[in-house]
Amino acid sequence: MSIGLERIQETFFDPVILWHSLETLVVIGLPNTILLSVLASLIGMAFGLLIATGLMASTVFVRFPCRVYVDILRGLPHILTIYLIGQGLPLAGLSIFGRDTYSYAALAIGLIEGAYMAEIFRAGLQSVERGQIEAARTLGMSSAQAFFYIMLPQGVRRVLPPLTGQFILVIKGTSLVFLLGLTVSQREIFSIAQDTAINSANLSPLTAAGLLYLALTVPMTYGVNAWERRMRMGSRSAR
Amino acid sequence: MMTAQAMTPRKDAGIRFDAVGKFFGTHKVLDGITLDVPKAMTTCLIGPSGSGKSTLLRCANLLERPQEGAIFVDGTEITDSKVDLDKLRTRIGMVFQHFNLFSHLSVMDNVTLALRKVHGMKRDEAEAVAFRELEAVGLKGFERRRPSALSGGQQQRVAIARALAMKPEVMLFDEATSALDPELVKGILEVMRDLARSGITMLVVTHEMRFAREVAGQVVFMDQGKIVEQGSPDRMFDAPESPRLRYFLDQVL
Repeated sequence: MSIGLERIQETFFDPVILWHSLETLVVIGLPNTILLSVLASLIGMAFGLLIATGLMASTVFVRFPCRVYVDILRGLPHILTIYLIGQGLPLAGLSIFGRDTYSYAALAIGLIEGAYMAEIFRAGLQSVERGQIEAARTLGMSSAQAFFYIMLPQGVRRVLPPLTGQFILVIKGTSLVFLLGLTVSQREIFSIAQDTAINSANLSPLTAAGLLYLALTVPMTYGVNAWERRMRMGSRSAR
Repeated sequence: MMTAQAMTPRKDAGIRFDAVGKFFGTHKVLDGITLDVPKAMTTCLIGPSGSGKSTLLRCANLLERPQEGAIFVDGTEITDSKVDLDKLRTRIGMVFQHFNLFSHLSVMDNVTLALRKVHGMKRDEAEAVAFRELEAVGLKGFERRRPSALSGGQQQRVAIARALAMKPEVMLFDEATSALDPELVKGILEVMRDLARSGITMLVVTHEMRFAREVAGQVVFMDQGKIVEQGSPDRMFDAPESPRLRYFLDQVL
């Protein structure tokens, strides 16, 4: 019995390996994970907003391709999309970022997130009351002006909590880029943990990585929930 | 048909509806409406809910586009597809039942946004206009507030100031007091009365019969998408001719 427990403790919680790997994880992995998440989210938001407006377009020729984009990228396993874009683009001769795996990784995750964020943005934009747009048009604003000055700021504000929630998913999603093979200094949390685990024949680095992910995601999740609660109460009293 | 004229200095314009018809699906909400809204005068549209009066009002600035007939503002056919709608709408102010203040902007920015983005005014210029208009509706000192921090009556005052800041030639009021608490109605009607006396063209959809009687130069009674009867307020309220108007007045007075 005690042998079993000891083995579990050694396999997952070896204090020396845990402590040792945590250093690399925090110094190299953490900034890379955060940078990659932020980059991918920025790409995702830009694409998402564009696709969201496309999803609401009055012409089928705009709406349809946007719908297809969202359906495909949300329907595919992320690991497959990351492979196809991250490995595929350079292989197909479309080396837009040269040999920098990091950029392909950011693009791949950004494109995936674009599909999810498009639906979030669309929900936000469509929640803006028609009267707000009518008031803007009545004052002589063009439909583009009404969109930029009224619909966009109101719609985006309303979906900031779900967007932040999506950002939490991106943080976890960046772990998949280990597939693309990163240089030593580019490795994010998961790939460092994986390498270290293999080298030390022990899973404690993965435990350390897990703790680090949790330290990022759990507080953010609670923060988002509190934020959403506050916004719901705020909008109720505003009515 | 001419296209919209360039912006000219403040003047009043009349509106003419010529055999206007509008369907929502197969339901005919407006059925051959022909009506002259004379300039520099207030015309009140009254009638039961669902009579089409709000739809007719919303046709005047083409928030709703009629499928039949033509509409003229100041002699220009606005139902002509060549008309610059955005430019036309700067000449027609509108006040809504639910105020429709931009909820993410301060009172000041609500009034100045279109001045800056549509009329191309500089911020300080636009704010000077806004200060004047807000003071005129009794909201001096509220410039930095958010709409959500105002009462319904105050929000509607901002909405009126916002519309007037554009120096419109016509003002449209779509049940401007219907969403207000009873004690706030009078104040808004007073603002509208003052405005009517200033001599601007007004088209007003209202359930306030006292207001219609005192302020209107012309009262139009609509039912089931048609104009049933129209005339001077005294004639309409004292000697209604049609049974439908008589019945309606019995219900509301």
